[in-house]
Amino acid sequence: MNKDEIISIKGVNKWYGDFQALNDINLTIKEGEIIVICGPSGSGKSTLIRCVNFLEEFQEGSIIVDGTKLTNDVKKIRQVRSEVSMVFQHFDLFPHLSIIDNITLAPIWVHNKSKQESRKKALELLDRVGIKDQAEKYPNQLSGGQQQRVAIARALCTSPKIMLFDEPTSALDPEMISEVLDVMVELAKEGITMICVTHEMGFARKVANRVIFMDEGQIIEENTPDNFFKNPESERLQLFLEQILT
Amino acid sequence: MSTFKLKTAKPAPLSQVGVTGWLMQNLFSSKLNTAFSFIAIYLLYLIIPPLLDWMIFSADFTSATNNECTREAACWSYIGFKINLFMYGMYPSEEYWRPNLLLIITVAFGIIARLLKGNRYKNKVILSLFFIYPFIAFFLLYGSETLGIAVVETHRWGGLMLTIVVASVGIVASFPIGIALALGRQSTMKIIKFLSVFCIEFIRGIPLIIILFMASVMLPLFFISDIDFDKLLRALIGITMFQSVYIAEVIRGGLQAVPKGQYEAADAAGLNFVQKMALVILPQALKISIPNIVGSFIALFKDTTLVLIIGLFDMLAIAKLATSDADWLGRKTEGIVFVAIVIWVILFLMSQYSKTLEKRFNTEH
Ligand SMILES: Nc1ncnc2c1ncn2[C@@H]1O[C@H](COP(=O)(O)OP(=O)(O)OP(=O)(O)O)[C@@H](O)[C@H]1O
Ligand SMILES: [Mg+2]
Repeated sequence: MNKDEIISIKGVNKWYGDFQALNDINLTIKEGEIIVICGPSGSGKSTLIRCVNFLEEFQEGSIIVDGTKLTNDVKKIRQVRSEVSMVFQHFDLFPHLSIIDNITLAPIWVHNKSKQESRKKALELLDRVGIKDQAEKYPNQLSGGQQQRVAIARALCTSPKIMLFDEPTSALDPEMISEVLDVMVELAKEGITMICVTHEMGFARKVANRVIFMDEGQIIEENTPDNFFKNPESERLQLFLEQILT
Repeated sequence: MSTFKLKTAKPAPLSQVGVTGWLMQNLFSSKLNTAFSFIAIYLLYLIIPPLLDWMIFSADFTSATNNECTREAACWSYIGFKINLFMYGMYPSEEYWRPNLLLIITVAFGIIARLLKGNRYKNKVILSLFFIYPFIAFFLLYGSETLGIAVVETHRWGGLMLTIVVASVGIVASFPIGIALALGRQSTMKIIKFLSVFCIEFIRGIPLIIILFMASVMLPLFFISDIDFDKLLRALIGITMFQSVYIAEVIRGGLQAVPKGQYEAADAAGLNFVQKMALVILPQALKISIPNIVGSFIALFKDTTLVLIIGLFDMLAIAKLATSDADWLGRKTEGIVFVAIVIWVILFLMSQYSKTLEKRFNTEH
């Protein structure tokens, strides 16, 4: 395995019952790379990134994350999850915990950080995503955009090497999308490895190193943003781009 | 061009406000509703006045003996004479201070827990109180030779004291077991899942009365010993088994109502199973389940009266027993009405408390 390779996905096949959701996926990602995945609904984008932190099991192939090969071994799964953070489409903040407790939960319990240290870091992160004054509130007192920024702060507080985003803006009202994207652009500049499932092509153009197009559980096309948008090779991608760019 | 003029608000029509409004809307809104209202009012008229008359207006509160006491209405002095029996059963009267002291300690613990609100040691203090309480309760009620507290065998316990002991042990012990069974039922480990499902479905299909019989007849068979296996302990085991599976099902409902995203967010954060459940899922599931949990506790409280069939003297059994006193013949009704009132008051307080609990959880976030 190459030294600066942080994720290596080889020959992954996944079935739900007898429906094949992923079909021979091969993908290697270098440290610090920003990958954007797009594709029509049901093409397996979520399934793919959820395999990376083993929220989904896969039946064939191998995924190695930062030197740890994913198997059913609980210890290894938790090892990987402690280095990989995820931001969900519907935020999935813990409604019974205050914002600050949401963010410090994993640092305290999974990473054995002190409460004080975690709080300090959490407040810094909240400051960075622009909602420091909301620390003591509860999730349902915040707008969608604010909640998603809290979710990003929560994901960052464990100092992950890899961030996974599953359509982080698609449940948001249009006026809130940019406040979340701005935070993500900032993150991208800092060199953290990111895999983003998103249809925000402006974001892809701005920060992605590679854009991946999936359909029917397969990676159809993979290219730099420039070529991806200017010279789409496959017909399906051309069709897809036409649909979302108009 | 006409300028728009704001209209002033008119007072609401009579059918919307005040006593008449309320009556119109709630009792006489339609023909059918009106008919039902009249039937209900008539039934209340039939029942309430004689009842009040028997219980209060014609009742005798002062007479010292059964013969002086009125025959036409309730004779509450009977309860006055028997009150200790109703409260403590055959517990020796020189030891009444022990259950009384326990009651005071219980209230004191409750007040301490309240006062600690917002204190940073709150959880630790409450947890330690919670752990020492059963020992205090045991040594006070049962006694211990080494501590120099006279032993009072459980067959002398009775009345309200016994009712409360049975109900609270059932409630407190069934809660953790119920949670464990509910989690077991969701486990991916097949054996654990099977065992949990088996326990739940098996016990749920048996009436409490039979479980109590089985506990009193069969448990001694498992424990091969000459010692008489304490009757109260058998009842407690039976009731805890019974209550645990109900709590398990109630909590399972709560667990299923927690959105899948919560499980995934907890997993993705790297929490292990125990952390995920204790920190993320159970707090939400329990909150959802509070009304049903309390409902099930109330049912249990009422069911404790069944222990009389295995020879324990809870309050209801005492009401029956007290009628055999030759000095107070014919006062069974008073005893049963008194028991009903006491149990009703306790259950009413329980359900009120559950409402405030729900409110508190809801305003907290
Ligand atoms: N738990 C599941 N059980 C069965 N089928 C599933 C399950 N989850 C997903 N699928 C199927 O797998 C396919 C891929 O799903 P996936 O969620 O990965 O799509 P997606 O590309 O993320 O789509 P979207 O843009 O709608 O989020 C879909 O056809 C979906 O119906
Ligand atoms: Mg998806």
